[in-house]
Amino acid sequence: MKQHILPAIKLTVLTIILFAVLYPLAVWGIAQFAPDKGKGEIIVYKGQKYYSNIGQSFTEDQYFYSRPSAVGYNAAGSAGSNKGPSNAAYLAEVQARIDTFLVHNPEIRQSAIPVELVTASGSGLDPHISVAAATVQVKRIAQIRGINPARLEQLIAEHTDKPLAGLFGPEKINVLKLNIALDEMSKANNQ
Amino acid sequence: MNTEILGIIVMFTATLALALPFGKYIARVYGGEKTLLDPVFNPIEKVCYKISGINNKKEMNWKEHMVALLTINLVWFLLGMLILMTQQWLPFNPDHNPNMSADLAFNTTISFVVNCNLQHYSGETGMSYLGQMWLMFLQFVSAGTGLAAAAILFKAFREKTTDQLGNFYDFLMKSCTRILLPLSLVVALILVFNGTPMTFEGKDQIVSLQGDTVNVSTGPAAGFIAIKHVGTNGGGFFGANAAHPFENPNYLTNMVVMFAQLIVPLAMIFAFGYFTGRKKFSRMIFGVMTVGFLLLTLPNINMEMNGNPAIAAMGIDDSSGATEGKEIRFGAAATGFWSIVTTVISTGSVNGMHDSTMPLSGMNELLAMMVNAFYGGCGVGLLNFFIFIILAVFISGLMVGRTPEFMGKKIEAREMKIAMIIALLHPFLILVGTALATAFPAQGASTLNNPGFHGFSEILYEYTSSAANNGSGFEGLGDNNLWWNITTGFVLILGRFLPIIGPIAIAGLLANKKYIPESNGTLKTDTATFGLMVFAVIAIIAALSFFPALTLGPIAEYFSM
Repeated sequence: MKQHILPAIKLTVLTIILFAVLYPLAVWGIAQFAPDKGKGEIIVYKGQKYYSNIGQSFTEDQYFYSRPSAVGYNAAGSAGSNKGPSNAAYLAEVQARIDTFLVHNPEIRQSAIPVELVTASGSGLDPHISVAAATVQVKRIAQIRGINPARLEQLIAEHTDKPLAGLFGPEKINVLKLNIALDEMSKANNQ
Repeated sequence: MNTEILGIIVMFTATLALALPFGKYIARVYGGEKTLLDPVFNPIEKVCYKISGINNKKEMNWKEHMVALLTINLVWFLLGMLILMTQQWLPFNPDHNPNMSADLAFNTTISFVVNCNLQHYSGETGMSYLGQMWLMFLQFVSAGTGLAAAAILFKAFREKTTDQLGNFYDFLMKSCTRILLPLSLVVALILVFNGTPMTFEGKDQIVSLQGDTVNVSTGPAAGFIAIKHVGTNGGGFFGANAAHPFENPNYLTNMVVMFAQLIVPLAMIFAFGYFTGRKKFSRMIFGVMTVGFLLLTLPNINMEMNGNPAIAAMGIDDSSGATEGKEIRFGAAATGFWSIVTTVISTGSVNGMHDSTMPLSGMNELLAMMVNAFYGGCGVGLLNFFIFIILAVFISGLMVGRTPEFMGKKIEAREMKIAMIIALLHPFLILVGTALATAFPAQGASTLNNPGFHGFSEILYEYTSSAANNGSGFEGLGDNNLWWNITTGFVLILGRFLPIIGPIAIAGLLANKKYIPESNGTLKTDTATFGLMVFAVIAIIAALSFFPALTLGPIAEYFSM
């Protein structure tokens, strides 16, 4: 063992330079050519900077809701609820979310509420909802904002991200982008 | 066809198709043949060896290999403790994250040295950028260690009779520079161009559209995430691991990192065949592993897509499946598939929370780690499987009444003792750990996030993940305390090094024995019949050791719903 200690220490130092200094530097260097220079995808709206990949909390009725989150969409941390599928307290919480949703959306039948709107995501920062989860909120938003529901459905269709290459994975909608477009539509409506 | 299912099929078949040529490449790397990247890395390695005073041409026997391996791992462990316990005062800490406590540093360092990446901290608040870069270094070299160990096994079965099994440092460096580094670089580039951050700036503060002020953690994540998958490490840069939208921004990156974690373990199977000239034997291993993998993964995809019956009973639309703990951009199918990919391989990264998967999905995740040899981690998967092969050879030999032989070598009492100890070590660590934590409610039950059977599953999962060096968790468990840090720390060490030393010892002993040419009486080990035998051995060991524990956890939960 003795004869291996010094070589092991020296090799460790050298490989640290290779794998923990040069390799990340190379990736960082190339990231400077990526959109937004490797700082995440950024969008700016009305002078405010947002990360389009990091979900935001939307709880006001005038916006499309985002999904429940175990960390309140504060991206200083990230976590799921880690509730087990048979946990009684958790199931009561889901039931409570369904009831709250029905209070705010009285015209919606219970069977139309998509499960993803009442269950928390894995990261607590999910930026997306499904098409069904957006559609189920159209009536409420149309009433509050005084916009024709057909135009909102049009908006949803425009903001639906198709599966990768049209073939792989689910359809989805970025809630932040959808709500920004919604604000824009309201503004144009009021002018 | 459903786009979610199609995504999985295409990803998996593409990986299989690439694993063959990549396996050939790996065989060339360990065989010392010329490869594409020699002009870049040969000079770098030469300088490294010269300064370190290493003669990379010196052949080692299996004992010298193990001494070299353990020594350098000890150096990494000591240095790791030092860095993690002082990171607060070191540079690259823009978020002012604190030093780790001694027990947490102990757990974290071991966990990354042994390629497990069990994390009892969250990256956002528990680790400085310097600490992250250090962990990233360990992700390279720990995967390299596993691959180097497998290369020793390769060597032992290529020669007829020898005790010269190559040079450990040569295998280690080649694994890192020729296999892990180039793959990681490619994956990292795809990630940064899809929105994964690679910056050294600290937390950002934003005001959301609705008017909430929140912080956004960022960092040099892309490089880390690439090697964490390529090296089957699995530790998250952020707390939510690959479910975090920065770590895994879209469906494309999800396919890429799933490919990244599958490719090396798959290619190693074929590399063994190319290296030793026993391609048919490789195909037998691949067949058994793939059958096991599919038997676990198909039910999971199905159960996760079907959703939670307790929520369906509330009368809402659950066509999206079991969405608790899952991200919309991946969907239930890809998350269910991933839950088995990451547990059969020892990656342990998650793109959805395993704690919230259906009871029997959780059981399959547990079973995948309990077997720990359907593909398995970088290099070590093959070593684990090798133990099952030895057992199957011995049992088959007894059944037909001959001296058991494997690859022209007699398997005798000494090899069998080692194989049995290693095979029984895994259930021993898992079950004793679980029993202890359950027996002391102050340590076990008080840290649970869920009541009842599911709570027991959380304990069982933690020790299974530690012993299998997997690193995923039923993360509801409040695991950053003295009990969990110390007990899982020791399980991690034992679950890593003994299953490396054991198979290498057997291989070394066999390599030294006289070669007996194949005859009509030799048991053929590259046939489907023998594959079935190996599968039966795996199933019997797993079923006998773990079924009672699984009954108390996920199976009881399933029947209570």
